[in-house]
Amino acid sequence: MTVTERPAARAATPSGELLRRRGREKRPVWEEEPGKVGQGIKGITLTGVCLAILGPLWVVVVTSLSDQKTITEAGGLVIVPKTITFRAYTELLSGGTVTRATLVSLALTAVGTAISTAVSVLCAYGLSRSGSFLHRPILMLLLVTMFFNAGLIPTYLLVTGVGLEGSYWSMILPSAISVFNVLVLRAFFQDTAPELVDSARIDGAGEWRILFQIVMPLSRAVIAVVSLFYAVGYWSQWFNAMLYLNDQQMWPLQMILRQLVIKQQAPQGMSQMISTQQIPSLAVQMAVMVLALIPVAVLYPFVQKHFTKGMLIGAVKG
Amino acid sequence: MDHGRLQGLRPVHPGAVGPAPGVGFENFTLLFQDSRFWDAFANTLSITFIQLVLFFPVPVALALLLNSVLSDRLRGLVQSILYLPHFFSWVLVITIFQQMLGGAGLLAQQLRSHGYEGFDLMTDPGVFKFLVTAQLVWKDAGWGVIVFLAALSAVNQDLYEAAAVDGAGRWRRMWHVTLPALRPVIALLLVLRVGDALTVGFEQILLQRDAVGPGASEVFDTYVWWVGIANTDYGIAAAGGLIKGVFSLVLVLIANKVAHMLGEQGVYRK
Repeated sequence: MTVTERPAARAATPSGELLRRRGREKRPVWEEEPGKVGQGIKGITLTGVCLAILGPLWVVVVTSLSDQKTITEAGGLVIVPKTITFRAYTELLSGGTVTRATLVSLALTAVGTAISTAVSVLCAYGLSRSGSFLHRPILMLLLVTMFFNAGLIPTYLLVTGVGLEGSYWSMILPSAISVFNVLVLRAFFQDTAPELVDSARIDGAGEWRILFQIVMPLSRAVIAVVSLFYAVGYWSQWFNAMLYLNDQQMWPLQMILRQLVIKQQAPQGMSQMISTQQIPSLAVQMAVMVLALIPVAVLYPFVQKHFTKGMLIGAVKG
Repeated sequence: MDHGRLQGLRPVHPGAVGPAPGVGFENFTLLFQDSRFWDAFANTLSITFIQLVLFFPVPVALALLLNSVLSDRLRGLVQSILYLPHFFSWVLVITIFQQMLGGAGLLAQQLRSHGYEGFDLMTDPGVFKFLVTAQLVWKDAGWGVIVFLAALSAVNQDLYEAAAVDGAGRWRRMWHVTLPALRPVIALLLVLRVGDALTVGFEQILLQRDAVGPGASEVFDTYVWWVGIANTDYGIAAAGGLIKGVFSLVLVLIANKVAHMLGEQGVYRK
């Protein structure tokens, strides 16, 4: 997660109740009708903002689907599609560097997200029961890391020192827990129906049972959002790969993308394909970009409706 | 300062974590003598300043704009689009910018095909600080809207009605009702941003360091990376990292104090 999310969630809103949109489709009687000019400016601004986000994506997707002739005619990037061909994708995904990198990224994301979510839920649940073992000191320890950290070098020395260099665990373990996510979960768990938890306890349910059968099902939305954040984090990772994975064969997709587009060099095993012009190299670059974009675009709609809830509710109490 | 000379002054190798002979504050002295450290420091602060001015107000403005859209469906659609880029990796965002504004990018390509001179914003050190700000706006300004929208939806609607009945127009209602409601959130985010003054998009800038050159793009974090990882001079780099950690902590505490003095909530209260 990037730094900017932290403030977003900590910003206080009085209570969950008020977060609901007021959903006023009609203009209240006391509000004056907006002027034509004002409405026009608003519309143009909103359209412009949306185009600024979607336009580049459109160009990238269309170019990745174009053949060499269209790309040459357009002088590079294609805005209006003429022919649609999936050649770049079939070439890239029929084995070789990009196929492997995509699988590596998918696997890392799946395993990493599972581990991170599991550990965070357990940690948050433990910390949400006041009076649990070393509850205060552990919470303090977690909080300190949000305000102070010693920086890149000690982390690097630690990870290499325990021998994770060159192993995929170096992509997962150092970032397995985000304190921020734990705090969001904890605040949410604290709020879930105490009377349900109490009655379950009277009926003889243990902590595991309470967590799995009561608290977790009630917190599905927030757990979904937290998992999405973890998944996006793992999918986007390249820096840890650069630090710890020296073998290009092990690189995830983001590193291939960086090499291919930002550095404009063909990664190992791809140079031949590009130099022999089996497929237009611009379309290949765009196709790799689209591959990096697809999982996000696929997951996004499912979780999007929970954002506000997951980000804001309870996070205040930290 | 010449990094060939710096290299190996304090050779601690990975794996050799553990008690090493102490060198007192030598690493700090060397750090402070390195002019590139001070350049990185200056770059960091100026990027932070540019982003405070050019990035910070954007989510507020977008939230006000969105809040004035009556149709729930339209607002929802725009929100979905706005939040999307936040979930893209920095590698992807920079490749997208490169394809749009770079030397072989769409804009240069269109200009050339209409007989104008092409250009390459991505490798121009002069505009780099604004370029990274533009990238940040593209990626995260939409996401920043969430928190302001939530604060706006918590405003008691009766206040608007009362103000309107008292004769306050659209702008005066915004000034006297909406903005005061946003003030605690704005104060909080400002505190956090100032506390993070030394952190400016490490991954984002590191990805573009080669293209632009360290002169314009070196910031605190990339300097630590360059000295420590690229030149394996762990001692000096770790000193730099530690200074940043302490400095940031102090900044948060001060900013929080200032927020309290202005009567705002800030990050925490004793």
